[in-house]
Amino acid sequence: MELGIYTFGEINQHPDGKATTDVTTRLDQLVELAQNADRGGLDVIALGEHHRPDFVLSAPEMVLAAMATVTERIRLTSGVTVLSSQDPVRVYQQYATLDHLSHGRAEIIAGRGAFTESFPLFGYDLADYDELFEEKLSMLLEIRQHDTLTWQGKHRPSLNQASIVPRAKQEPLPVWVAIGGTPASAMRAGLLGLPMMMGFFTGPEQFVPRVELYRRAAEQAGHDPAQLRLGASGHMFIGKTSQGARDSFYPYYAEYMRQMGLTGGTVFPRDAYDHWIERGLPVGSPQQVTDEIMKRVELLGIDRFLGQIDVGNLPWPMINESLELFMTEVLPVVKRETGAVIG
Amino acid sequence: MNTAATGPRSIGILGAGRVGTAVARQSLRAGYPVKIATTKPVEEIAMLVDIITPGARAVEASEAANADLVVIAVPLHKYRSLNPRLLAGKTVIDVMNYWAPVDGLIDEFENDPRTSSEIIQAFLPEAHLVKSLNHIGYHELEEDGKKAGAVDRRALALAGDDDHAKRMVAAYLDRLGYDPVDAGPLCAGRAFQPGTEIFNGSHTADQLHAVLAAALASSAS
Repeated sequence: MELGIYTFGEINQHPDGKATTDVTTRLDQLVELAQNADRGGLDVIALGEHHRPDFVLSAPEMVLAAMATVTERIRLTSGVTVLSSQDPVRVYQQYATLDHLSHGRAEIIAGRGAFTESFPLFGYDLADYDELFEEKLSMLLEIRQHDTLTWQGKHRPSLNQASIVPRAKQEPLPVWVAIGGTPASAMRAGLLGLPMMMGFFTGPEQFVPRVELYRRAAEQAGHDPAQLRLGASGHMFIGKTSQGARDSFYPYYAEYMRQMGLTGGTVFPRDAYDHWIERGLPVGSPQQVTDEIMKRVELLGIDRFLGQIDVGNLPWPMINESLELFMTEVLPVVKRETGAVIG
Repeated sequence: MNTAATGPRSIGILGAGRVGTAVARQSLRAGYPVKIATTKPVEEIAMLVDIITPGARAVEASEAANADLVVIAVPLHKYRSLNPRLLAGKTVIDVMNYWAPVDGLIDEFENDPRTSSEIIQAFLPEAHLVKSLNHIGYHELEEDGKKAGAVDRRALALAGDDDHAKRMVAAYLDRLGYDPVDAGPLCAGRAFQPGTEIFNGSHTADQLHAVLAAALASSAS
């Protein structure tokens, strides 16, 4: 079982106006976050690509490279790479380079993306949302297999005996597929036999049939079930006490939801927030968050959990408190319990 | 409203994404036979339908459109993949939303003063379109339903221009576990689009009537 964190590097404002909104400061924080996570024994840190003024990570590969030079063992991954609007050749080159800089710790988590800004930015049509992802993912997998590639598709110029270098240090470079609940995405990940990262905030039970679909699709396509890997990711906040965590996180979370437009500009109601926690949002004491992670392990058979450690551009002391509790109180228990489960 | 006589006997769902499959499962729980179609061939979605919506049948769009009631649950930007001819004369629920912060800006919907459902109706001129099931989360749809008469039963709004179609949809919503509340003609669906109080919250029938009345009053002033 692997535990990790992810961040989108938000620089959105807080209700109290005290948020860090300086890009330099925020990027420094992220590199320090990776160092702390590495020292504290976390397995993975993931950076999610976004192209919005309130997020600093439009080029997560750059930041992962900075992290690579100051960490020892933590794995460094995108989360996600919005592959639909990227060139798979360039993505591979960047992560292969990162793989060498980090001595074999690079990974890619590819997804369709929860936001859509990158489509107009890079000249893609949102109407091709699904087709673009399908084609680019299959191209990335081809590149991963072959150092010289002849390739033809609809959304990218053809390649004729093109040499794609450097080659990654790991063989193969890990590529995960992220899904947000669309059944066909789970099926595609299974048919390809790729590890699947499931992004959701509440209600892990909803993913039970998706996992079954993933496994059945993989089996049908002839992939070895023992090689399949599953992960879950989502918002997370840990405080010393259950009520304290709930109360201190709420204003930032509610403001974030409002600014993202997820509530149509209105307030995210406190009772809706409390309901989310009851339905599985990992916010609370170390014990509660441990239970939520273990519920995902038991229901879905995941062997990786990634918590979004700073959602809503939390104040730096709150990020560090949550991270510290995750590493000192949640991690040892989850590792022990999953060790026992897996035997 | 006598719902028993007017209710549908079968449900066809176009789209097997998060919303379509949730509507399918809730319909199956309510005892309806359910057929699901996508733009892909049946054999490509059969396994998905078997596992994600056990009891439903994967079919071609033409067969799904043969059901008494057809639910459209495709991504909004793909609405032109629907076949207007198949849906002519049918009672159709439009569950789709134009929700730019989540799904991205779509110029066509951004620059049109009409609601998304009115644009869909114009594309499907002969369908009896009813806007509903769009203001409840697909998770909640499977969790919040209660028997008729239950205390605090959640209500769902519906809007459409055809009374017979609306009666059928009302009967269907009731059997899914929700109090149907008629918001008026299709254009009245504006009151429960993304960003509205109804879209963001959960309401009983009385509360929903009150919010709709307030929305109507403010739009008239």
